[in-house]
Amino acid sequence: MRIAPRNTQRMAVGGMWVLAGLMMAALVFILGFVLVQGLPHVTWGFLTESPRSMGREGGIAPMIVATLWITGLAVFLAAPVGVATAIYLTEYTRESRLTHVIRFGADCLAGIPSIIFGLFGFVFFAITLGMGMSVLSGALTLALMVLPTIIRTSEEAIRAVPQSYRDVSYGLGSTRWQMVTRVVLRSALPGIGTGIVLSIGRSISETAAVMLTAGSALGFPHTVFDSGRTLALHFYVLAREGISMSNAYATASVLILAILGINLAAYWLMQRFVAKGVA
Amino acid sequence: MLLLLALSAISGLAVITAFIFKEGVPIIAKVGLGTFILSSDWYPGEGEFGIFPMIVGSLAVTAGAMVIGLVFGVGCAILLTLFSPPKVVAVMKPSVELLAGIPSVVYGFMGVVILVPFIRDYLGGPGLSVLAASIVLGVMVLPTVTSISVDALQAVPRSYREGSLALGATEWQTTHRVILKAARSGIVAAVILGMGRAVGETMAVIMVAGNSLDVPHGILDPVRTLTSNIALEMGYAAGDHRKALFATGVVLFVIIMILNTMALAVSRRRAGKVQAR
Amino acid sequence: MKWLIAAAALALVVVVMSFGFGGRKGHALNVVGSTSIQPFAEMLAQAYQESHPGQYVDVQGGGSTAGIQAAENGLAEIGMCSRALKKEEAGVFTPNIIAYDGLAIVVHPSNPVEGLTLQQIQGIFAGQVANWQEVGGPDRPIRLITREEGSGTREAFTKLVMQKLRISRKALTQESNGAVKELVKHDACAIGYMSLGLVMGELRSLKVDGVPATHEDVSAKRYPLVRPFLFVTKGKPTEAAQGFIDYVFSEPGQALLAKEGLVRVR
Repeated sequence: MRIAPRNTQRMAVGGMWVLAGLMMAALVFILGFVLVQGLPHVTWGFLTESPRSMGREGGIAPMIVATLWITGLAVFLAAPVGVATAIYLTEYTRESRLTHVIRFGADCLAGIPSIIFGLFGFVFFAITLGMGMSVLSGALTLALMVLPTIIRTSEEAIRAVPQSYRDVSYGLGSTRWQMVTRVVLRSALPGIGTGIVLSIGRSISETAAVMLTAGSALGFPHTVFDSGRTLALHFYVLAREGISMSNAYATASVLILAILGINLAAYWLMQRFVAKGVA
Repeated sequence: MLLLLALSAISGLAVITAFIFKEGVPIIAKVGLGTFILSSDWYPGEGEFGIFPMIVGSLAVTAGAMVIGLVFGVGCAILLTLFSPPKVVAVMKPSVELLAGIPSVVYGFMGVVILVPFIRDYLGGPGLSVLAASIVLGVMVLPTVTSISVDALQAVPRSYREGSLALGATEWQTTHRVILKAARSGIVAAVILGMGRAVGETMAVIMVAGNSLDVPHGILDPVRTLTSNIALEMGYAAGDHRKALFATGVVLFVIIMILNTMALAVSRRRAGKVQAR
Repeated sequence: MKWLIAAAALALVVVVMSFGFGGRKGHALNVVGSTSIQPFAEMLAQAYQESHPGQYVDVQGGGSTAGIQAAENGLAEIGMCSRALKKEEAGVFTPNIIAYDGLAIVVHPSNPVEGLTLQQIQGIFAGQVANWQEVGGPDRPIRLITREEGSGTREAFTKLVMQKLRISRKALTQESNGAVKELVKHDACAIGYMSLGLVMGELRSLKVDGVPATHEDVSAKRYPLVRPFLFVTKGKPTEAAQGFIDYVFSEPGQALLAKEGLVRVR
């Protein structure tokens, strides 16, 4: 039985709409489920108090501090190093076997499961280097985890800058450093920014790699050598152990809103840059 | 200065790679590569390190996730680029990105609370299963597959579409006979990247897969993946046991290397095709 | 513009860094290990910090063997261990038995089975008994829940129940008492083992060889499945560790443990 092409199209497109609808429904459901149950518990008290009774009562203030600290430190370390590496690889070296190897290696490391970084961090930073379970161990582990991604996305962004920009810059008499910083970087910034924002998102949600490197202490980390529990890990513990569902959902709500906020802020920042910066 | 930073980054990454291989390879040699990969006996307390059930587990769960990722992801990509009015795109695109922003532990928990009981009560088995893990991973991998597929579809020259329509084909015929074929390598790349992500997910899988040590015989059976194995045991593994976990890391590293090489080959072919035109 | 962003970022980092607000002088005591002991240790830590201002204690989980490892490589001053020390560990570590805990065999509250013999439990967990019918229950498959290898609870279970037999490969593995409890709470076919002190009436604890799993029966040594809760240190404890251990042995510490369902040692 031959079906008219028009009808096959109707069925196919209809089918795809169903798929898209299901996907949207899943998204709305997940977000709704978490936020509806969690937001009512996100009070000012919740955000500023410490947890009591293993998290059954109280708030998540130490977790917020720990998360900010660990993620902030990780990106603070990885971003400059990663972007610098990308600049070096694209602008200061010629394409060679070595650069191919480095690029492939970075791609592989960007794809390695985060738990392996966690295992490495636990054995190397926490035990061998004696840093113990601390913000520092966690941040260093996360920094290594996002470094390959930052290098690769920055590299792609820099390579996407048209050669003509560079030629014109040289033609106007700039040095290589001036050309790189004032011309190339400025136009590659949105791409580089995206890579960094992606890394921040990945770090904040990361649980496996921080479990044993930053530990899961319930108190405030006061120095970089203290252990701290991140929001994602706190949610995992609360939900898994059945300690407090309402607090678990509240923690998840804070986490999701934070990630949303970061993405929106980055988007807004990029808009401002693209409007201003590129020639 | 730049050189210093770049060198430290590269050497840092090299150190990790070297460390993982240095810890893992000797134990593989000691136990025997064949035994390590093919034996189903994982009894670290007695010095037996066979990761076959975990390899099957990771493969099964990833394959399941990619089915979902492919169907939903490419389907949405096609819709977004070819069949949706701009207003719908404005809603769907950010939604897909939103899906990417939800932490994996939340997905895992949703799986435990909603999916696992559903499977247990209506489909059978313990609920903690390959199916549950595949669905959860599939949803997590969706945004990656969708956005890369969108890029691939948008890279197809307009002339292809216009030419096909001018010859009297319908939109859908154009899509599946012309555009999809042209974008094939890009979509394959999307799938490969999605697979890489699925293989690497740990926490969500621990929550919904059951973590049993048996080779799964059906999608309703519980399963343990390579990453879950490392996560479950790394806290207390010592000596040979810890080395065996690093060895599992080596296996994962190799899998990712294979996937990346495949992606590279696919994208090279795509570049070659465009130039040959 | 770039410098503005860089400066803002730096400022943010500095502000966050300076959260090293004066408050905590001295390093926190790290107590790592058994997930069975963890909730009790948390309570003890909270009480200890309240009654001894200036002392800080961090409690983390990970499992008994992880606790011993942590004590071994210096990650923690005290390792929590919910099983007796192994031969090779006994020489290096100093055990302090802080309480005794019963090992409960738990099933879903709707499960009509009230008790099993040690033999039956062994058969079930070895995978030899596959249906609840065979032990007097309804016609349902038995689903095994076990702990990860490094768990003290699992070690204790293996030593007290399984003896020479291996736990079936088909068992679902969970990484803490809480996870086991959650799973059994929602699955009518499930059977698992966990710390008696943490059941808290949410599950049915089976009678073992006819003896009910209650606090009294554990104290009276009638209930066969009992294991020690240990605070382990490598060699002699540090001053801070000794302070906490002394507190746990004192009246308020022991009373707290007894109130929560454990069997006190002093």
